[in-house]
Formats: sequence, structure tokens, C-alpha cells
Amino acid sequence: MASIHLKNLGHRYPASGAESDNPYALNPLDQVWEDGGAYALLGPSGCGKTTLLNIISGLLRPSEGRVLFDGEDVTDLSTERRNIAQVFQFPVVYDTLTVAENLAFPLRNRGIDNATIEARVADTLSMLGLDARANERARSLNADDKQKISLGRGLVRTDVRAILFDEPLTVIDPHLKWQLRTELKKIHERFGHTMIYVTHDQTEALTFADKVVVMNAGSILQVGTPKELFDRPRHTFVGTFIGSPGMNVLSCTFDGTAAIVDGVRIALDEATLAAAQAQGLASTDAALEIGIRPESLQVIAADVNTANDTHCVNVEVVGVEDLGRHSLVRLRLGEQLLCALHPEGAGIPEAAALRIDPACTLLYADALLVEANNEPLLP
Amino acid sequence: MKVQNNKAWLMVLPMLLLVAISAIIPLMTVVNYSVQDTFGNNEFFWVGTEWFQEILASERFHNALQRTLLFSALILAIEIPLGIAIALAMPRRGIAVSFCLVLMALPLLIPWNVVGTIWQVFGRVDIGLLGHGLASLGIDYNYTQNTLDAWVTLIVMDVWHWTSLVVLLCYSGLVSIPEVYYQAARIDGASRWAIFRFIQLPKIKRVLLIAVLLRFMDSFMIYTEPFVVTGGGPGNSTTFLSIDLVQMAVGQFDLGPAAAMSLIYFLIILLLSWVFYTVMTSLDNDAAAEQGRH
Repeated sequence: MASIHLKNLGHRYPASGAESDNPYALNPLDQVWEDGGAYALLGPSGCGKTTLLNIISGLLRPSEGRVLFDGEDVTDLSTERRNIAQVFQFPVVYDTLTVAENLAFPLRNRGIDNATIEARVADTLSMLGLDARANERARSLNADDKQKISLGRGLVRTDVRAILFDEPLTVIDPHLKWQLRTELKKIHERFGHTMIYVTHDQTEALTFADKVVVMNAGSILQVGTPKELFDRPRHTFVGTFIGSPGMNVLSCTFDGTAAIVDGVRIALDEATLAAAQAQGLASTDAALEIGIRPESLQVIAADVNTANDTHCVNVEVVGVEDLGRHSLVRLRLGEQLLCALHPEGAGIPEAAALRIDPACTLLYADALLVEANNEPLLP
Repeated sequence: MKVQNNKAWLMVLPMLLLVAISAIIPLMTVVNYSVQDTFGNNEFFWVGTEWFQEILASERFHNALQRTLLFSALILAIEIPLGIAIALAMPRRGIAVSFCLVLMALPLLIPWNVVGTIWQVFGRVDIGLLGHGLASLGIDYNYTQNTLDAWVTLIVMDVWHWTSLVVLLCYSGLVSIPEVYYQAARIDGASRWAIFRFIQLPKIKRVLLIAVLLRFMDSFMIYTEPFVVTGGGPGNSTTFLSIDLVQMAVGQFDLGPAAAMSLIYFLIILLLSWVFYTVMTSLDNDAAAEQGRH
């Protein structure tokens, strides 16, 4: 097992380049992933997460930068010499071999003696719950058992430094996804492999990983725990991508004391206010936005109290959707649309107001979070 | 209530007529000849299974059958492994792909008798590039006199003409293997041989069976090329079943024995094709059962 250091890593495919503005499939980045961590690479299709994964596993050579495992430079090492296991989107099994032979395959290729192979294979079979089917042909199994074999070929090796998953649950039935994910989690807790899990499904990422790496358009936008990503997304993309529905992002201006959305003042908390003032956002060209989670908005009846409360603003109700335990209330604030979650069964007042908690109101300049400890965002 | 409606027969009728004219009637004519004898004047006598017994007992038929089986076995033993090897070595992307495909397809486009003529001339000791070249190297090569030389010439010619078919079929099977299998194999540390044995061979198994079937049938029925190149000689050494049959039917005008031999020949091919078909469908059933479980 190993920590993984991606040092000034970037990749461009030879064919692309001149015609597109950004020649990089993967923008240069520098990341250290800890030994034994469970990481999820989360992002929409085509954001470069599979490219990054293939660079780590050695199936792809980065056009610049180095890959270090435990400080050792492995950029020029072949896939098999890196001792990586990878599970692909579609299960790969060797059709003509039995389940047990499939698991033994990577060990045999490495010239390990038969006694060791038998013991390791037996261990792995019981770990995956496939003992009963050990002598069946692998092609007779269903998709999720095949995917277990793909995983098993990684687990059977003792020298594996990291296990990489490339959207491994794509072809698995929904009710089995949850089960397989739980098993993965257990295996991770028991053996402590460094695991990197690529997915575009936020539920998968948030339940599997200790740290989620959110990517978009070839860049890593934020690395954090699921809670950090939810509470303090450092990029508006992270806010809108994570959460269902995603964060409300409203363009605004800043007058030095509050954010102003279409003439409506939205109060900010002290830390944000101080940071915004320090960065001189009252007089900037940067595009300013506020981000508020639908979960932290409260729809209440507009009355005299709300009119005098600086944390409340009047809104127009545009529509209501039933989400089961909650209703999704679509609202208009000034000219901009946003949504809020409202408990099921509670009536929606005709003249509505929103109570906005300043602590949950985040300010973004050019899509990046304005924070106290931030460097000035603009050069 | 059951509605009687015979219109469906009208729909089948054209096809029935076509099949009757193209297959059934000619075949029945042959059957007719095989059980009769004639002394000319369009007079025929019923002889029953006499011709069949004569053919099956004749050494001439046994020898021709053995030669044909040996020829087919050699052709399969050479063309199938060679075809796989060439398909594996062919490039997978880039302009080289089209170049290789065209190059491979070229021999397939040449008519049989032209192929025969090309090799007939090519191998001649007096003017042929191959024959003369070998002779000037001091190698005693003459396909018109030496049995081994005649066989080698025919086999090399067939390999040149038809290996491409095996190559193209195998290549189509190989390119349909998803890249992810090769990636997984690299991660599992598989050797080149292990990749072939456990990924490529299982995945091309079905096209390979088609290739084996086609090459078996074609080589078992080969006529034109040996007829043009060696004419069945030297002696009878390259007289395959088809050549023997034509000699009997056209050369000696023994219609009865020739008809009986045609039917036996036909039944042998039918039987062997059935064996291949059974093997292929049983493999397909395996695959279907696998699909059914998903």
C-alpha cells in the first residue's frame, strides 16, 4: 500500500490541441493522496477523471509531471510493475477459466508457487462470498459476481499498492449496488488498501470515500470530506454538482456590508464580510455570486416581522414539487430563480418570505469561495 | 372456429419452384443415373445399389478420398495457425490498417482458374520465376514429375490464395475485443501468450470455427487449381475426389458410377458440415444460456 503523489501532473492527448482553447485533458495539478485512504474522484462525464485514473495505473503516460508512490517515481514503470489493481466499468473475466482460476491468474503470471496461490485464492473466495461457485466457469456468472471477480483479482495479490475503480457499479442492478458498496467499504476497513474510486454518482462517492475529489473540465476543484463539500463548497460547480437539488447560486453585487441580489440585501456572516472587505470586492470586476443550500432556506409567511428582519426577504412562489418527505419550492427573488426545501404537509403561504441564515450564505468571486484564509483571489 | 385458408401455399410456391429447379430436380437426375445402367440409345436398366457398392469397394475411390482428406488436413493445419498469426500481427489503427486489409483481400479477388494459371506458369522450370529460380539454385524442383513437388506447389498456392480469408475473419474477431480486456491483462501481469490463450483465442473462437468450416469445405471440394496446375498428376498423385469424378463422368462417360460417386461425395461433405454445424450451435447455445442469465 502506498501514498500517491501526483507531482505537477498534466496530460494532453496528442490529437487534440490547436483547435481547442485548452489543450489539456487534465490541467496541471499537484496532489498527495494518503496511504490507506479511500478517495472518490467525482465529476461529470468527460471531466478527466478516467484519464487521471489511467495515469495512476500506468495505462496512460502523462505528457508532463511525475507519479510518485511512497516517494518512488513510477512514471516510467509499466502497469504490472506498479502493482496496481484496477476494476473497470464493465466486468472483465477470463471466460474460459473457472472462478478460482480467474483469481489465480495474476498470481500465476507472477510465478508464485502453487501452495501460496491455493491459500490466497481460497481466502479471497471466502472474502467475496464466492466459495460455492469456485469451480464454475466465470462466463456463467451474472454481472455483479463477475465484477467481484475483477475486484478479487486485485485483492488476491498481497503486493497491491492501490486499488483503482473506474465506475465499477455501472452495470450492476441498483439494489445490488448498495450491497457491493458496503462490501467494498468493509474490505477497505479490514485491509486498508489505498482505494481510488471514479464515479459520476455523488451518492456513490459520498458514501464510499473518506475524501472526495471533485473534478470538472480537467481540473480538481476541491478535495474534502463529504461534509466539507456539502457545507463549504469552494467552487460554485462543487455546490451545484453535490446535493440534490444543488446549491442555489445567484449573481449579486457587494456594497461593503452585504450582498445585493437584484436590489435585495442579503446579510453575510462576519468572517465572509471581513474576507470580502479585505479582498476589496466592493470595487471589483470579478463576477460575484452567493451560494445558499436549499436545505438552509426556510419558507415562511411574509408579515410585519419579516419586513423588519434583515435575515428575511420577500419572495414570489413560482411552483411546488413533491419530493416525498419534502416539497421543493421554486421561488423568484428579484429576477432570479432559486429553490428551497419545505417540510411536507406544511402549507405554503401565499405571500411568502425566506429566512436566510447568514452562516449558510457563501460568497463567491469568479466562482471561487471567498474565505478568510484565502489568498487574494485576483492578481 | 377454424378457418380453412390455403392462400399461404401460394406464397411458398415461387420459392418451392426455384428450389425444385435449382436443386431438387438436378439432384434427382443424379439419383436416377446412380441406380441405372445404359448401353446407349437412351435405354436404361435398373441396377439398384450396384454402382454404390462398386464405388465404395474401389481402391481408386479410397485413394482419391485419402488424398483429398490429407490435402484438407494439411490446408487447415497450415492456414488456420498462419491466418491467426498474421491477424495478430496486423496493425489495429492508422492508415496501415486499410493498406493491410486491401493487401489481404487481393488474392481473394482472383478467379480460381487464374490462380491456377499463375502458379502453373510461376512454377515452370523453363520459364517460371519460381521454378527457374529454384533450378538455378541447384534445387531439383519439377511439379510435373515429382509427387512431393506437385503437392508442395498446390499447398503453397492454396495457402497463398486462401489464408487471407482466415486472416480477415480472425482480424474482425480480434478488433471486436474491448480495449479494457487488454488493460486488465496488463494489470494482471499477463504474458503475450497468456493474453492470446485466455483473451484473444476464446473471443475469436466462433469466427475461427466459421473459418475452419469454410476452408475445410473449399479445400475438400478443390478442383480448378489442381486441374490447371497438375491435371491430377504426376500419375494420380494429385487426383482428388473432384478431379476423379470429372474424369469418370466426362472422360470415361461412366454416368452410373459417376452419379453414385457424386452422391457419396455429397453425403461426405454433408456429414462433415453437419458435424461442424453441431459444434458451432452447441457453442452458440452456451453463449445464449449465458445471455439468458443476465
